[in-house]
Amino acid sequence: MPVPEQDLQAPVRAQGLLKVYDDVVAVDHVDLSVEAGDVYGFLGPNGAGKTTTLRMLLGLIRPTAGAATLFGRDPLVHGARALDRVAGFVEAPRFYPYLTGRKNLELVAALDGGGAASRIDSSLELVELSDRARHRVSGYSHGMRQRLGIAGALLREPRLLLLDEPATGLDPAGMRDMRALIRRLAGEGMTVLLSSHLLAEVEELCNRVAIVRSGAIVFEGVLAELKRSAGSAYRLRTTDDDRALQVCQAQPGVSDAQRLGADLRFTADERVAGELSVALVEAGVALLELRSETATLEDLFFRLTEGDETRNTAEPATVGGPA
Amino acid sequence: MRAGRRPNTATVYRWELRKLISQKRTYLGLAFVIVMPVLFVVALSVRNGSPEGVAFGRYVHQSGLAVPLVLLIFGSIWLFPLVTALVAGDIVAAEDHNGTLKTILTRSVDRGRIFAAKAMVAGTYAFVALLVMGIVAVIAGGLEAGLHPLTTLSGTKVSVGHGLALMAAALGVYMMPMLAVASIGLLLSTVTRNSAGSVVGTLLISLLLQLVTILPGLGGLKPYLLPEQFNAWQGLLRVPADWAPIGHAAWVCALYAVPCLVAAYLVFLRRDVAGG
Repeated sequence: MPVPEQDLQAPVRAQGLLKVYDDVVAVDHVDLSVEAGDVYGFLGPNGAGKTTTLRMLLGLIRPTAGAATLFGRDPLVHGARALDRVAGFVEAPRFYPYLTGRKNLELVAALDGGGAASRIDSSLELVELSDRARHRVSGYSHGMRQRLGIAGALLREPRLLLLDEPATGLDPAGMRDMRALIRRLAGEGMTVLLSSHLLAEVEELCNRVAIVRSGAIVFEGVLAELKRSAGSAYRLRTTDDDRALQVCQAQPGVSDAQRLGADLRFTADERVAGELSVALVEAGVALLELRSETATLEDLFFRLTEGDETRNTAEPATVGGPA
Repeated sequence: MRAGRRPNTATVYRWELRKLISQKRTYLGLAFVIVMPVLFVVALSVRNGSPEGVAFGRYVHQSGLAVPLVLLIFGSIWLFPLVTALVAGDIVAAEDHNGTLKTILTRSVDRGRIFAAKAMVAGTYAFVALLVMGIVAVIAGGLEAGLHPLTTLSGTKVSVGHGLALMAAALGVYMMPMLAVASIGLLLSTVTRNSAGSVVGTLLISLLLQLVTILPGLGGLKPYLLPEQFNAWQGLLRVPADWAPIGHAAWVCALYAVPCLVAAYLVFLRRDVAGG
């Protein structure tokens, strides 16, 4: 069966998305590029503009400038057709409180058309809501509504799933289950765009990330590259720290060598760290411990979203990022 | 979802109806139109009088068919505008309040179809409310005065069957200003995103237009104001039927309804859905 032309287009492309409310810039010229198969983390503190960006992607709000396409179609131009292979929710999923969970799914399935209604039972089962499906949504907990939101999204058999803080309000077990479900869906080939302020969640699930700060993207690219770009810091314990410090300072490629408590700390790439270990031994200094302090996503996140660094500082790690 | 199997407006309309009948508010309006004829007939029975200065008022003890016609006149002041506004003013704003607009706008139906279905449901509700009032009023009036030939505004009598047909036609004509009121409610609901504000606003506009009709010096405006169109059906109760007020009401009501509907439609198509 030939692949529909639409499928060959990138699941998400956003160029120069700008949203201004009065004099507040909520989203500041955001460029995004989500490729097929990505589990793409859209990361930023609360109020950074993540949800507004997602709403623009789904055509719920109009950008002040810029455009977004889903599989090559702009929701503002193509209407509901642009969402043909897309599902998800922004902020908390919302349902009609006076209808049962099942009736709500029947309603959205009717608005989906096709065979969506035939997937209601399996979707409810997947999110473990079958036994509560005949109860009104007004009696559902936040976690149950989140799960119903996922069930509603899966009725559409999406190729792209947009999830906005899906684990918010869930208990630890619920968060674990939600992440397992996202992993499973991604494993089945679904592209996922996951907005989150939970660093562990993004680090665990995503292969690519965009980090947003005050409405603007400060990094977009492969997560592993972001971590590598941060430079590796090393901790060093030796039999003669004074001499070791001198060797570190003299070694080409080593920077920021300093004492830090009982250790020495320096920054270098992996090759230079190896050369340094040989130089230390040749200088008569025995190594008691040499360990890499790989930057966590949390380090990078706070560096990018709270520090003075702007997008330019992350430039070396940027992959096709915005200007 | 794949393309080519997109739901049509009829499907959306059916679900809008299902949502409507699942809400308690829906039955509040219907309760009004059921209780009003019953109370009216009970009052007639207890006091044994008849409404003064109202068309068909003096015939309420002669034929039960006169009761719904009198109630059409009384109901135009606030009851039917209110019942119409209860749904029309709420039907978009409630989705804003619940945050469900984003739920239905991220499926496979274009905004235009959703709006069309909502407009049709608002109109359907107004029609059902009017019909229920008519049926209950005929039954209550029949129980009080019996179903006898109806005296028309020309003084001639028409048979019960003919009277019922005329009443049904009168309800149809009465729907024209009701739909205009619904259109105003729909516009307010879409623009304000506030249910209570839209319902009250629609009613206030309706009452304000009635106030204008009695202000000195503004009598010339009366034929072009909405409240006056609620009396157009009386042309059917003349022999021969006077179609002039009905034709006039048709274009005057369209003058109110069409701009409101077009404006509401355009706002709905372009508006940001930022809540919820």
